[in-house]
Amino acid sequence: MARAEGAPRPVWREQLARVPWQQLTPLLGLVFLLVIGSMLHPAFLSQTNLFNVLTRSAFIGIIAVGGTFVIIAGGIDLSVGSMAAFLAGAMILLMNVLAGNDMAPLTIVLLGVGMVLVAGLLAGATNGLVITRGRIEAFIVTLGTLGIFRSLVTYLADGGTISLNFQVRAVYRPVFFDSFLGIPIPVWVFAIVAILGAILLHRTRFGRYVRAIGSNQEVARYASVRVERIRTLTYVIQGVCVAIAVILYVPRLGSASGSTGILWELEAIAAVIIGGTALKGGYGHIWGTVVGAIMLSLIGNVLNLTTAISEYLNGAVQGLIIIAAVFLQRGRSGR
Amino acid sequence: MTDTDTMTAQPPASSPVLLQGRGLSMAFGPVEVLHAVDIDVNPGEVHAVLGENGAGKSTLLKLIGGFHAPTAGQIVMAGTPRTFRDSIEAEAAGIVMIHQELSLVPDLTVEENVFLGHEHHRFGFVDTRAQRRATRELLATLKTSIDVTRRVRQLSVSQAQMVEIAKAVSRDVRVLCMDEPTDVLTGRETEVLFELVRRLTADGVAILYVSHKLDEIKTIADRVTILRDGDKIGTFDITDLTPADMARRMVGRDVSDMYPERQSVPEDASVALSLEGVTVPGYAEDVTLSLRRGEVLGVAGLVGAGRTELFEGVIALRPKQGEVHKDGRAVHWRHPEDAKRDGVAYLTEDRKGKGLLLTKGLRENLTLAALERFARPFTDVRKERAALTDAVREFDVRVASLDVPAGALSGGNQQKLVLARLMLTEPDVVILDEPTRGIDVGTKRQIYFYVAELIAKGTAVVLISSELQELLGLAHRVVVMQDGTVTGIVTGDDINEETIMAYATGLRRDTISTPNRLEAGDGAR
Repeated sequence: MARAEGAPRPVWREQLARVPWQQLTPLLGLVFLLVIGSMLHPAFLSQTNLFNVLTRSAFIGIIAVGGTFVIIAGGIDLSVGSMAAFLAGAMILLMNVLAGNDMAPLTIVLLGVGMVLVAGLLAGATNGLVITRGRIEAFIVTLGTLGIFRSLVTYLADGGTISLNFQVRAVYRPVFFDSFLGIPIPVWVFAIVAILGAILLHRTRFGRYVRAIGSNQEVARYASVRVERIRTLTYVIQGVCVAIAVILYVPRLGSASGSTGILWELEAIAAVIIGGTALKGGYGHIWGTVVGAIMLSLIGNVLNLTTAISEYLNGAVQGLIIIAAVFLQRGRSGR
Repeated sequence: MTDTDTMTAQPPASSPVLLQGRGLSMAFGPVEVLHAVDIDVNPGEVHAVLGENGAGKSTLLKLIGGFHAPTAGQIVMAGTPRTFRDSIEAEAAGIVMIHQELSLVPDLTVEENVFLGHEHHRFGFVDTRAQRRATRELLATLKTSIDVTRRVRQLSVSQAQMVEIAKAVSRDVRVLCMDEPTDVLTGRETEVLFELVRRLTADGVAILYVSHKLDEIKTIADRVTILRDGDKIGTFDITDLTPADMARRMVGRDVSDMYPERQSVPEDASVALSLEGVTVPGYAEDVTLSLRRGEVLGVAGLVGAGRTELFEGVIALRPKQGEVHKDGRAVHWRHPEDAKRDGVAYLTEDRKGKGLLLTKGLRENLTLAALERFARPFTDVRKERAALTDAVREFDVRVASLDVPAGALSGGNQQKLVLARLMLTEPDVVILDEPTRGIDVGTKRQIYFYVAELIAKGTAVVLISSELQELLGLAHRVVVMQDGTVTGIVTGDDINEETIMAYATGLRRDTISTPNRLEAGDGAR
């Protein structure tokens, strides 16, 4: 036995030692939650339940894909929750107006979708331009637009709820509730957004510049990178992602109010951070964000399945997991 | 070579050794950067540590200052072996370090910085008045008048360095470690620093002094320990060494031929870049100059003369007024990218702050400015790797692995990497801002020869430098700036220290605008 210890370490152990465990923390957390869930309830691993979890994670997940760009570039966008509410309210109002004009419901939905994408792009561009041209900190600007969007939707809804025209809703409903090839449409959209985001972040000049700017803006500027333009574009991407989430959200409830999307910004940021992206910028990846968003909705799901912890403590558990995730990843950046 | 090592000086028997390092080794991961180095420091001496970048000088100082624990070996203070868990314990023992990278808190005032962690208290509150008085007195001994209530952020780099020195001296210091303290100081400030050093040593304080400036070491040091690649080459009495000897021992070969043979600018060389009445608000005023293909235009001046800001203005890193012509065509660059497209590249003086993404890989750093060539539309990592392999070979970047972050390279190798990035944009006008600051003799020589290669190919080079030797060795003409304006343009035999210093300090001043404009016109014909 003593001799065996002196022998070279088996190959698998060397390989195991080379695995970047700290980068894989989000994935390990996900596996951990899946194991816990499957022990708590036999139906947990059922296709229905897992698709349910994925569908519910799509809103936050899609927004968080955009947030990954913003945060890696060293920014932050606190306005996404109220931006989502505002876009949803505006979209419903537009579609209701069009419905009053005797237009075909399908045309109305397509026009609504087109409008909300443009509006999301503009809302993001506004955030980005005020931050970069006005040289105001992103935290301040988006804290401001958080208030502005939130009160705009309350104003549009006149303090109440805006509900979508019944006929339009009938046509629009399947976008959230139907499946394609056995997989719910929101999950498809989430997957496509994530894949496009990952390609953009990891395989293009733009993505490289985003990471360079977050790592050291001055270095990027001196290397003739158009820092302001790239930073603005990250907010535009964020706005478009919010719009896509809204396109999925409106057919789900068919209404919007002043309390739509409350605290989504924190959940989106949490998904990004759990996914291993550095809050100070410069480093991060989309797959981590996807895992982070799924984990957040899994926590709620797992708590629903058990009586050991009240589901009212959902937020507390999420909070603990966020802190734990950052703690476990801390070693990577080397103090 | 080896026989000279027997000259190794012994500490004088009369004075007891104050600080001793015995067999100090340091490894970062699997890489040992310091191999069993012995050093002894006597009270009242200035002990210089010399070596190329990456030779282990800073590491040695950091071991002594308690910033790292040695992987082997021992530090002995006044005969007692000591283990410092951190720099605070080392400071308590009287070993104080002045950092290469400034360690001041930008948003605290001068006075708060000097006493940070050592505040004077009165009735349980910080005694600001006493601290201010003490700080003023300290700065007075440094012949520096800085308002002690100003925030460090508002100070110039050299002022901040003086505050750093004041902070170190304010501690009860027995061994003062200085890592390239004069890098950012002006000539006068360096003189003041040397006076202070002499006063401290007269009080029995030992100074451990790291610098690249060999003439400076010749002036101030009593003994020199030379390191090369983590090994100690020897400790010598300064009187036994000329600067050339020191350089030879550092590099391990003769470096008498530091500069390439001067080539003259071809008669018919066209003007590559010209400035007409360029003003960078707050930094440079009404500057007119021109630069021909194959020419090295030196830019001299004291720290704060506005040289860096002028050229940052030219390539649109700062707002500017006035006209810039590239190859005879008026250009209106609004962003550095525009200047890059027109073939003008700028090498920043602030390598760590503005040059490199220290935590990112060499590949990402290399291709950052020319990424469009590696992404159509998706980034081609294989092509980037090939470019990195080429650059490492062409610029002789010495690195154990291509996968390390840029911050792991020594200063000289970092500079080569930034230079390689610059050249990847294929510029024909290259503006080099202090290209050899803080790098070793061997690398300096390589950079000088690279500049010679560039001008031989017809590239035009602007060389902003505070090292007059460099300007003397390379420049065809030298523009001298003082306080934001050009005070003179010297050529030929006038390129000497006295003339340049006379213009730089404002002792001489030509009526610049007329002759200079003529010259620009001359070149354009």
